Amino acid sequence: MVSEHTDTVGDTSALALKILVAGGFGVGKTTLVGAVSEIRPLRTEELLSEAGQLVDDTDGVDQKVTTTVAMDFGRITIRSGLSLYLFGTPGQDRFWFLWDELAQGALGAVVLADTRRLEDCFPAVDYFEHRRIPFVVAVNCFTAARSYGAHDVSRALDLDRGTPVVLCDARDRDSGKEVLIRLVEYAGRMHTARLLDSVG
Amino acid sequence: MTENPTGEPREPGSQWYDGEAGPLVRPYAMTGGRTQPGPTGVRFDLIALVTLDPAAPALDDDTALGPEHRTLIDLCRPETQSVAELAADADLPVGVLRVLLGDLLELGCVTISRPVPPAHLPDERILREVIEGLRAL
Repeated sequence: MVSEHTDTVGDTSALALKILVAGGFGVGKTTLVGAVSEIRPLRTEELLSEAGQLVDDTDGVDQKVTTTVAMDFGRITIRSGLSLYLFGTPGQDRFWFLWDELAQGALGAVVLADTRRLEDCFPAVDYFEHRRIPFVVAVNCFTAARSYGAHDVSRALDLDRGTPVVLCDARDRDSGKEVLIRLVEYAGRMHTARLLDSVG
Repeated sequence: MTENPTGEPREPGSQWYDGEAGPLVRPYAMTGGRTQPGPTGVRFDLIALVTLDPAAPALDDDTALGPEHRTLIDLCRPETQSVAELAADADLPVGVLRVLLGDLLELGCVTISRPVPPAHLPDERILREVIEGLRAL
């Protein structure tokens, strides 16, 4: 087979897809990335620039202070030349501006939720709904917290119809894989629907 | 390394620092004070892929490249690397890495793929391939 799709990625044949993992602080983002990644979770640091500090709340902080924000990421190689990259988004609200860069060109997102602190994932849900980035809500089932079904969570979060809610165990590789599969399936459906919209 | 191994009295400015004190070379020193990549002005995405051109003449030119450039070249030698991986492996902030990659691009040492624009999300065939690949893991 020599049929190459050269129209979208120019001269390169390698394709990298980006998936974001978002959610409140301590909900298991790093754990999920680590469970499915084939490389040890790497951390990359972004040094806040002056532009960032306009957004960042620097009240009472010396102007010269620079902050580093760590982002976890992992990789899954589907085949040579096709890889998935997972990015754990910075948990604190004041680093929202970093999300915009991460979200650029992302295939979709996983919003991790803990039913004991469901409100922690509201900002992430809002963010992706607003930008029409396909996402699934993955409820990390901490022991003794498994008292709600997917439907309850969907209602409590007031999700748009069709947004998948998956129960998962962020520590478990198979469970994490299932979450990603549901996301890619959903992203495909959203993408197709939009193409049809733009044609009709 | 929190103690002065020589045991001599400390003179001002000669203190030893431990790892928590952070890097002693400030990021701007590695980029020669620059905060933006060169004239190409491209802001490389975190998943942009960096491929080394082993035949690039600049690779043999010791004057053009700093130690951090060399580190990046060495990391790219075995296989194509994403910007995010390079930042983590070279232990450089992404902003610094982007400037250094801009240098390597200008010198023709590397090629850097553009990420797929959102309007051109991968076609169904690729997505199916991803799903099957995930199942097979």
